[in-house]
Amino acid sequence: MVQALSTGKIISHFGGRVSLDATATDMPCVKVAPTDLVELCYYLRDNTAYKFNFMADICGVDFHPKTPRFQLVYHLYSIPFNWRIRIKCTLSDPPIAPTITTVWTTANWHEREAYDMYGILFEGHPDLRRIYMWQEFEGFPMRKDFPLRGFKDEYNPFGADPDSKGASE
Amino acid sequence: MTDVTVVEEIKTEGGLSREVLMNLGPQHPSTHGVLRLLLQMDGEIVERIEPHIGLLHRGTEKLAEHFTYTQIFPLTDRLDYLCPPSNNLGYALAVEALLGIEAPERAQYIRVIMAELSRISGHLLITGALPLDVGAMTSLLYTMRDREMVMDLMEMISGVRMHTSYCRVGGIREDLPDGCGERIIEFCDIFSVRISDYEKLLLNNRIFLARVENIGNITGEDAIALGLSGPNLRASGVDWDIRRDAPYEIYDKLEFDVIVRKDGDCYDRWKCRLDEMRESVRMIRQCVQQMPTGPVLIDDPKIAFPVDKDLLSRSMETHIHHFELAAFGFKVPAGEVYTAIEAPKGELGYYIISDGSEKPFRFKVRAPSFVNLQCLTERTTNVRYLADVIAMLGSLDPVMAEVDK
Repeated sequence: MVQALSTGKIISHFGGRVSLDATATDMPCVKVAPTDLVELCYYLRDNTAYKFNFMADICGVDFHPKTPRFQLVYHLYSIPFNWRIRIKCTLSDPPIAPTITTVWTTANWHEREAYDMYGILFEGHPDLRRIYMWQEFEGFPMRKDFPLRGFKDEYNPFGADPDSKGASE
Repeated sequence: MTDVTVVEEIKTEGGLSREVLMNLGPQHPSTHGVLRLLLQMDGEIVERIEPHIGLLHRGTEKLAEHFTYTQIFPLTDRLDYLCPPSNNLGYALAVEALLGIEAPERAQYIRVIMAELSRISGHLLITGALPLDVGAMTSLLYTMRDREMVMDLMEMISGVRMHTSYCRVGGIREDLPDGCGERIIEFCDIFSVRISDYEKLLLNNRIFLARVENIGNITGEDAIALGLSGPNLRASGVDWDIRRDAPYEIYDKLEFDVIVRKDGDCYDRWKCRLDEMRESVRMIRQCVQQMPTGPVLIDDPKIAFPVDKDLLSRSMETHIHHFELAAFGFKVPAGEVYTAIEAPKGELGYYIISDGSEKPFRFKVRAPSFVNLQCLTERTTNVRYLADVIAMLGSLDPVMAEVDK
């Protein structure tokens, strides 16, 4: 490792639009609004001082019943500099985020997964469909208000009763 | 190809087009599990590939949110079922990072031995299965014979062949049995000769080479944009190995070479794995030689069961801790962590958000096979004929259990 990544320059380049999240201890972490996400991604990928060319992961998070409810967590890696960075993007309900498939093609399936599991819509995604669940499936299984056993229906006699709200078990 | 069925012929305005939609799988042997590929074909030429995944989706991440941290180990086993110790290791490292603890040194060595053995087990399967997919059946019989030796070692060390659940937060379940070091070295001696046998069997096999050489080339730049990792990325000439660049456990004390190849075709991806097995053998030998004696589980009654089992019948305090740990698990401080390890298939990442309770608030697996498989959809991968799809799929080495989570 050449030296540790300093987020100071990134934050000053974006003025007040990118802020540091000091709670993360394992790697530098910045917060950004959905409107500035794509610009930040392009900046981190193309700036020769960072070269974050590898998009490792996109993770949806549901903070139900807190608001704002949803969050997207991006993990980037810079192969030339051996740095990692985490980007957090908080979304309200209904969650809509810009797609970053234009920046990294690999984001395609990650975003489909986040849509499938959390119902997060990605504007501009070329093919936003469910990826794990079947197309006719209703609901978003990873949301905190979706019961672990699923909802009771024809195929799932042991599921939670759809009428009782907040059935967690 | 009994399971390849024509789904529909595509109608155009001027009547029927030459293009047809074809189903490959989900029960076809060359899909390595339950993968359904929808192929848009123009005669023998593949115009578009659309993978349909999720047939094996078990909701690992959702389940994990309802399990205690120790109960999650068996779930990680079932991701990449060819190399469970490696999945365990990544998860254990993530939880340990949240707790701010480290496993004892001996445990780290044993974990690395297990991870490298499992790498051999995973790579052996594909070393034999890719040639099988393209018509050279014999090799699989040889590699499966040798994989059995790895399975025997796994059974000797952990008690089971496949789903070992051998790691624990703060160490491993139990120490190596007597005489295990000698058995491992014996395996290394036999196996290094066997790798040369596979080379003799396949490297001069013109039929095999014709099916994999210059098929499915991916350039380094494309491979990075597609998020490929592990041997699939290194075959395209990108020199990145987490074991060397961000060493975890005791990898920084081991000497090994990172195998990098240039062309990024099916052959290179296959050869990369073959050569990596040699490096794994090298690492295992070093581990067995360097391994210190000592405890294999941290001495913290809040997190780990007591090493001395007799204490349970003598000390009331130990008994209470044991009960609490078994019944409720341990609390993990609030925070978040992303830990990536070099799993046999590529970068295996665990992202855990903890809210301070005994169960993770969010448990995300960055499954390398899931990302690797995606590159089938891209035209940049130079897959032209139906037969190339099979070679391409085999060389990417996806494990469907990991793809579907």
